[in-house]
Amino acid sequence: VSRRWEGFAAWLDHRTGLQTAVRSFLYEEIPASSGWRQVLGSVAVFLFLVQAFTGALLAFNYAPTPGDAYNSLRYILTELTGGRLMRGLHHWGASMMIVVVALHMVQVFLYGAYKKPREATWMAGVALLLLTLAYGLTGYLLPWDNRAYWGTVVSTQIAAQAPVLGPYLARLLGGGGAVGVITFARFYGLHVLLLPPATFLLISVHIYLVRKHGVAPVPGDDLLPRKQFYPAQVFRDSFAIFVAFAILFTMAAAVRVPLDQLADPSDTTFIPRPEWYFLFLFQMLKLMTGPLEALGSVVLPGLAIVALTLTPFIDRGRMVKVTRRTGAIAFVALAAIGWTGLTAAALATKPPEAPAAEIDYSAPTDWMELSPEELAGVAYFRQENCAFCHAAGEGPSKLGPDLTRVSIRKDAAWMIQHFKRPSAMRPGTSMPPIQLSDAQLNSLAAFLLKLNPQNAAALQNAPDFATRGAVIYQTGLCGSCHMVNRVGMDVGPPLNGLSKRRARSWVEQHFADPAALSPNSIMPPYRLSPKDLDNLTSYLFALPE
Amino acid sequence: MQDASIPRQPEAGLARRNFFVVAIYGIWGLIAAALSVPAFVYLFFPPKVRRESEWVEAGDTASLAANQPVEMVFRRNRVDGWKVVSEKDTAWVVKHADGSVTAFGPQCTHLGCAYHWEEGKNEFVCPCHNSAFNADGQVVGGPAPRPLDRYDIRIQGDKLLLGSLRRSSGGPA
Repeated sequence: VSRRWEGFAAWLDHRTGLQTAVRSFLYEEIPASSGWRQVLGSVAVFLFLVQAFTGALLAFNYAPTPGDAYNSLRYILTELTGGRLMRGLHHWGASMMIVVVALHMVQVFLYGAYKKPREATWMAGVALLLLTLAYGLTGYLLPWDNRAYWGTVVSTQIAAQAPVLGPYLARLLGGGGAVGVITFARFYGLHVLLLPPATFLLISVHIYLVRKHGVAPVPGDDLLPRKQFYPAQVFRDSFAIFVAFAILFTMAAAVRVPLDQLADPSDTTFIPRPEWYFLFLFQMLKLMTGPLEALGSVVLPGLAIVALTLTPFIDRGRMVKVTRRTGAIAFVALAAIGWTGLTAAALATKPPEAPAAEIDYSAPTDWMELSPEELAGVAYFRQENCAFCHAAGEGPSKLGPDLTRVSIRKDAAWMIQHFKRPSAMRPGTSMPPIQLSDAQLNSLAAFLLKLNPQNAAALQNAPDFATRGAVIYQTGLCGSCHMVNRVGMDVGPPLNGLSKRRARSWVEQHFADPAALSPNSIMPPYRLSPKDLDNLTSYLFALPE
Repeated sequence: MQDASIPRQPEAGLARRNFFVVAIYGIWGLIAAALSVPAFVYLFFPPKVRRESEWVEAGDTASLAANQPVEMVFRRNRVDGWKVVSEKDTAWVVKHADGSVTAFGPQCTHLGCAYHWEEGKNEFVCPCHNSAFNADGQVVGGPAPRPLDRYDIRIQGDKLLLGSLRRSSGGPA
């Protein structure tokens, strides 16, 4: 068998050169000093491939338009087996790639491996660092939740501040400061169409250059015999990749990546904060105000990138032992202290979460305690089949948000606008408009405002006769004379405890002809269908004292 | 290939090399499995099912006359990925002599054309290939291989609630 296989390999190699190529790749000679410190580049390439793989899988179930983006990501997270893991791998993989790329760069910098003739290798590496950051910036918008939206509002406005180029950048990123469909399409296009091929190309150039010049030796290496890449160094690379992958997989499986609420451009309470690796820039901007702002947001980072790119031409000394590169060590130490300090300051000044809307979890705890208006809301909630898309408290996650969640609570006016034209208040939502009158929508909103995770089940347990009775109570405007659960007017007698005071037949006759039974009453007669009369009376009789 | 920098016994060098090769294959095998198994599950497992409120109100049964099929049009929600689409659907509803009610799916069991009720013949007739069914949905003529499909039904008061459409048995599949 092995003879056959060798024959086939030789045949294939003769046609494609595959075996020769693999051999020359694996049996590349590397300096004697090579070892664990060279593994970071391989880990970075591996993480990039994982990003490409998980990114493609996410794209199979993701709709890249605002609104749909959010809904489809929710679908991936809540409906698809393994969806949360895929997103976790992609999210934490991005953070990890930044870490590994930065460490790779620090290692190369400390050893001075960028020196002649490896200047171009270094510059391709700087370009790859910038591409990695560009993925982070564009990918941040794609979930289209509040974090994504507001984070991108800030980053596009920073881009617009750039001297000379600012207006063009703003135009390129989809308009003057407003983040909408155009910006989204551009970010998505960059993230999946432009950046990946650019990265593949630059990685190829980078690796080609590494191979062309050979792994950078350290002083003394030329006295020692060279080693082969395979298998010792391939093992080290593989082992480092394995450790990185194990950490990544554990994080993806164990640490939940939050999905905030759907992007809400009208939300004035949301405080955007960037991803952790951009926090130092964010903090630096706080220190530079007024005319200094553009300096901190654009000029300084721009200069830093230029200086980083030109490093091989700034430091042109001969290659020396790493322990004697005191200048480089001091520079890395200072940069690390500066970065850590700014990031720590940003974390320390993190504003407290906006105080959650005050919700009274103690009351009401039963449908009988709801006002007639709120109880009528239960009827509309059922009639409109809201529960098809929305969970309320317990139960499996559904298409729409859980209605007991604090974060989606708004005031009644907002809710009614939202019911009438959902997409006007929440761009991109897939919720259909609710075709009800204003009074009915008021009821629905009043009920939803009373819902909380503790009482949702109890409030929705209301029997049909009660909710229908409450609807009749509302449409009959009974509340303009009577009081139920201390809501309503004080003209007629309060209706709580009616069952203790009157017989059912008396109440039913009284609706038809109040004057006959209570001569001084100003109550008008009500012509109710037998069913309505039954529901309303049953409802009133169920009221507690 | 042994580490040329450190002179060593050939056997020791070979053992070391074998360990590296085994470890390399092992590591990449593990990584490939840890990525491909979740990817397979993610792509091939069906979405978690959310089937609730499947019963839709189709119409009123009180107004039905015995053995006079009526076409009822209703809207039902269908889950399509992350969306719920509201679609128009129809059912042919028959009240039988004994008062029981049946709701038939609107398509002929031959090739899926829409059939209709012919008053004069007292039959459901499919215009495509002249399949005919009686008011119980049984085939009485034409190429149709099996009786009409039926909806699951529930009656609440006078309201007719329809569930899922069940494929009828009988005839070739």
